Amino acid sequence: MSERSEFAQETSARAARERDVAARRVLVTGLSTYWGGRLAQALEGFDEIDAIVGVDSHDPTRELQRTEFVKVSNEHALIERIVEAARIDTVIDTRLVVDSTTTSAQRAHENNVIGTMNILAACSGPSSPVRKFVFKSSAHYYGCEQDDPGFFAESMRRPHPPRTKIERDIVDAEAAVADFAGKHQDVTVAVLRCANVLGPSVRTSHTRMFSLPAVPMLLGFDPRYQFVHEDDVVHALEQAAMGDLHGIYNVAADGVLALSEVISLLGKRPVPLLPPVGTGLIAVPLRRLGLRIPNEMLNQLRFGRGLDNRLFKATGFKYGYTSRETVMRLAAHQRLHPVLKGTESGYRYEREVEDFLKRSPLVERSDSSGSDAQREPFGI
Amino acid sequence: MEQLGATRSESPGPQGSELEHRPDLMPPIEAERTLDDWGRSERVEGFLDATLIEFFYRYWFRCEVEGVENVPAGGGALLVSNLAGALPPDAVMIGKAIREEHAQPRPLWMTVEHFFKGYPGLSMLVPKIGGVPAHPANVHRLLAEEQELVLVFPEGRKGAEKLYRERYRLQRFGRGGFVASAMRARVPLVPVCVVGAEEAMPVFGRSRLLERLSRLPYFPITPTFPWFGPLGMAAFLPARFKIRFLKPIDTAAMGEEPEADRGLVQAVSQEIRARIQENVFDMVGERKSVWR
Repeated sequence: MSERSEFAQETSARAARERDVAARRVLVTGLSTYWGGRLAQALEGFDEIDAIVGVDSHDPTRELQRTEFVKVSNEHALIERIVEAARIDTVIDTRLVVDSTTTSAQRAHENNVIGTMNILAACSGPSSPVRKFVFKSSAHYYGCEQDDPGFFAESMRRPHPPRTKIERDIVDAEAAVADFAGKHQDVTVAVLRCANVLGPSVRTSHTRMFSLPAVPMLLGFDPRYQFVHEDDVVHALEQAAMGDLHGIYNVAADGVLALSEVISLLGKRPVPLLPPVGTGLIAVPLRRLGLRIPNEMLNQLRFGRGLDNRLFKATGFKYGYTSRETVMRLAAHQRLHPVLKGTESGYRYEREVEDFLKRSPLVERSDSSGSDAQREPFGI
Repeated sequence: MEQLGATRSESPGPQGSELEHRPDLMPPIEAERTLDDWGRSERVEGFLDATLIEFFYRYWFRCEVEGVENVPAGGGALLVSNLAGALPPDAVMIGKAIREEHAQPRPLWMTVEHFFKGYPGLSMLVPKIGGVPAHPANVHRLLAEEQELVLVFPEGRKGAEKLYRERYRLQRFGRGGFVASAMRARVPLVPVCVVGAEEAMPVFGRSRLLERLSRLPYFPITPTFPWFGPLGMAAFLPARFKIRFLKPIDTAAMGEEPEADRGLVQAVSQEIRARIQENVFDMVGERKSVWR
């Protein structure tokens, strides 16, 4: 445990040290997840990056220009071969599952804990070319408890052991990353703990809940909520990939809102639907009815959470939106959504088409400049 | 209202001192909002202040205030007070006294037990009127970074629980965590004495069984509670309140990192307790009647 807290505190001392950390050849894990796809699209716009390789066990869900996709599950031997062969210097791990409703507990554990250990193992070889490791984590690391501080700083630990499986996974995954950072002093390791993300294109349990005509609340509670805009998360990952961030950083927009305030910004009505006693029992039949409230959200609806975001801001990062602006953007998107419905074209990955586009001598390529239009996704 | 920093080892200041002198990193205030980042609501507080609190301050307790000029007009300061009564009205009255009598009225942050955050209803109301859980990191942020006035009751629950026959006898002052908080934030300590709260809601006994059933941290037996139901909890007897602010104790003059010196922390804590106790006895001795 001592290694881990040291890692949290040595942040600035390490960042000051001279090191050649310019990302040239990047590996994005979880390319087919929302964050992997968004980040790869963003990185394609950087001319300094020579190569972007993406791995995932599913086909990509976003259109990519020059990212090479390799279909592989979290097997460390295979990923290690890719890393060595492509002389990868920067690995960005975006795979973490932070919402228990998206998959089964067992598969989440497989991905979050075993997967992270495998990816780290793939970067650990004695001749590994990896010089930088960026890990996207979640503020669920801190949990939500009665005796929490009002603002969690990076050096603080949660006051109680994790209550839900997904929180335990996140704590275990971060422990593995901290262990890796301790053993490989020559590798720059950045961990980004993101607050609840909102935005027009990201889908989370919270965006689902906020899109309901009336938003459920826990009777007698008005928790504090801090958000971050999806574009800010992509920019944060970008900054971690391109800069020399070392250590743990909270990624959360300025401003902590009360849930009642969020609901009124969205122009909705609160429904105190969940009883304060036996909340977990009521959540089960509600899930059957279609209101999927994950276990890790129940405590947040009760106690809320605030984060101290100053450390990341001190590195020079500028947030595009405050928490309040993030919610207002979501509200604008929700109002516009019925008008735009059906106009977005879906993307389907076809290996042969991608191969043709990337490798055929018949295709005229204009380097990476043509991907600029792709960099900024259609956002409202 | 628990003692600060007594059982916690983590350092309240995030990442040491590198962020301490960067006010530009603090989240900006958005003027359109009615709540702040702690969940305090000007609207709710203003409404209560103009109605219920005004009534109690002016007509029910007829608060008498001395030495309000000892509260600094700017910068952070930690107010330390004695605590009495079942549902203590003293924190709210001290806040009202500063708003009413001080040359430069300022909001007061009242540290409350973590229990309030977990109790339905109270968890919505308490933050809206300026209650904040008594976590050392919260106190540090308010004092050092936001330069606010914070009120603590170092006696904690022991103060509220004590029975009527023990009135005006100050309980143990925890382990001096509040002193260390003020020292770490380099802000003065202002002792505050309150007389009248003990008679406003005398506690004759408490019921362990009902504590467990109601999930309240303690279940007092008072002249009106539980006989008149939950409303009996808000029924205060019209005892006259006297609030005395004592001379501030400057922690900035105690050298570098005085909080590391446990002996000094304890000595300052004992000194404050003694000053409050002495003044409380003095004030009780001076008054001719509990009610006038």
